[in-house]
Amino acid sequence: MSTLLTRVRQKQIGQLIDAGKRLDGRGLTDYREFTIEEGLIERAEGSARIRLGKTDVLVGVKVGTGEPFPDTPNDGVLTVNAELVPLASPNFEPGPPDENSVELARIVDRGIRESKAVCSEKLVIVPGKKVFVIFVDVYVLNHDGNLIDASALAAVSALVNTKMPNYEVEDGEVKIKAGYSPLPLKSHPITVTVAKISGKLVVDPWVEEEQVMEARMSMAINDDGNICAIQKGCAGFFTPQQILEAAKIAQEKAAELRKKLDW
Amino acid sequence: MSEKPEKLIDKKGIRLDGRKADELRPLKLQVGVLANADGSAYIEHGKNKIIVGVFGPREMHPKHLSQPDRMVLRCRYHMAPFSVQERKSPAPSRREVELSKVIREALEPSVFVDLYPRAGIDVYMEVLQADGGTRCAAITAASLAIADAGIPLRDLVVGCAAGKIDDTVVLDLYDAEDKLGAADVPVAIMPNLNAVTLLQMDGILTPAEFETAVGMAVEGCKKIYAMQKEALRTKYMTVKEEAEE
Repeated sequence: MSTLLTRVRQKQIGQLIDAGKRLDGRGLTDYREFTIEEGLIERAEGSARIRLGKTDVLVGVKVGTGEPFPDTPNDGVLTVNAELVPLASPNFEPGPPDENSVELARIVDRGIRESKAVCSEKLVIVPGKKVFVIFVDVYVLNHDGNLIDASALAAVSALVNTKMPNYEVEDGEVKIKAGYSPLPLKSHPITVTVAKISGKLVVDPWVEEEQVMEARMSMAINDDGNICAIQKGCAGFFTPQQILEAAKIAQEKAAELRKKLDW
Repeated sequence: MSEKPEKLIDKKGIRLDGRKADELRPLKLQVGVLANADGSAYIEHGKNKIIVGVFGPREMHPKHLSQPDRMVLRCRYHMAPFSVQERKSPAPSRREVELSKVIREALEPSVFVDLYPRAGIDVYMEVLQADGGTRCAAITAASLAIADAGIPLRDLVVGCAAGKIDDTVVLDLYDAEDKLGAADVPVAIMPNLNAVTLLQMDGILTPAEFETAVGMAVEGCKKIYAMQKEALRTKYMTVKEEAEE
């Protein structure tokens, strides 16, 4: 996911962060300004678009029906997919999902799944036979860094915004009735990514910082402030002390973000 | 999968497979197990059986992927169709794509990649049998195989998971504990550099439990690290003895 960055620029970003400053004027643990727009795709049961700085991600939720997995007959199905759409960056190419988009989708998925955000037991129509399938599609429209946090926020916003069709079962057949009810949710995870640059921990890296970062760590924090998913990325490392420090930052930031959201 | 047992760990702190909370499963490590590979290793970690072959440094194919100032490390984590209860399709799943990526990112910090510009190394990991914690076991074996290929390393990378079953934080989850437990935290480290190169987590942990789990996983890694070094030494002692005969 890289754009070319001159050595001078790389050095500048690193030195600034070493001095506790950032190129765009933010403090090390400041998020960029963000706005979330909900329900903008009428054809989708749920949708949300986030603009985090210049990063722009649209998430659509479609609801279908299908068979449950054999090992979980009494749970609905949730699937998350991510598309790094070629119009979002000069480095994205059309074609089947690469490892970056698979990783992004799985991080978003894990945050929602492990925090048990969706009441999957309430998505069962006929146990073992028919359940609701929730498709969460992450559509990256402009890549300006920190796709993970932006996608995770937009995905949960889209789920909050999702309308489930009312239905009744007649002779094993599902009949859709008029009206909608909200998708039952019991948790609202927030994912915070902490990058390590010049040995310092930085929140919400933008695209140029992502090219300088030695490693990143994304943590999903649930409503109770507990950790429910982690992913370390990039070919660098953290010391155990830095990991605990990053976990603390993630908790503070998640609490701060939660105040700004109307979930 | 049989019915969920009532308790995964009893009052005395003994787990379903008879281990204590901070006890590792039995391990067996072997270096130099494949004739054609430049480096290879085999690990048995509990019922996990994983074989790793390393090819390179060699010319990069396709050539356009080569880097002018460094070597490219490629990793493929793959599970054999017969390695799990229900047959797994041999086509790479999304899980395998993700694991290949995080394993590469766990191993790469240990390799002096700038020593071999334009070259490539391929690390092929085949899970022959899976029993929980395969990514960690694969990393432990892969690092040995890279060392066996004679590639200069900053340190060996060693993996081990911790997690939470019922209300207890425990070391090295096996399959049933992984599936029925509350959380799983796979960790890989370079012990001499105090560097964590892989960290993932799923399940729910309080910050205090998370701290305990990371500490426990790091201690587990250090124990395996000793066995890793021993396995490497054993191979080269054998080579030396053969040469002297």
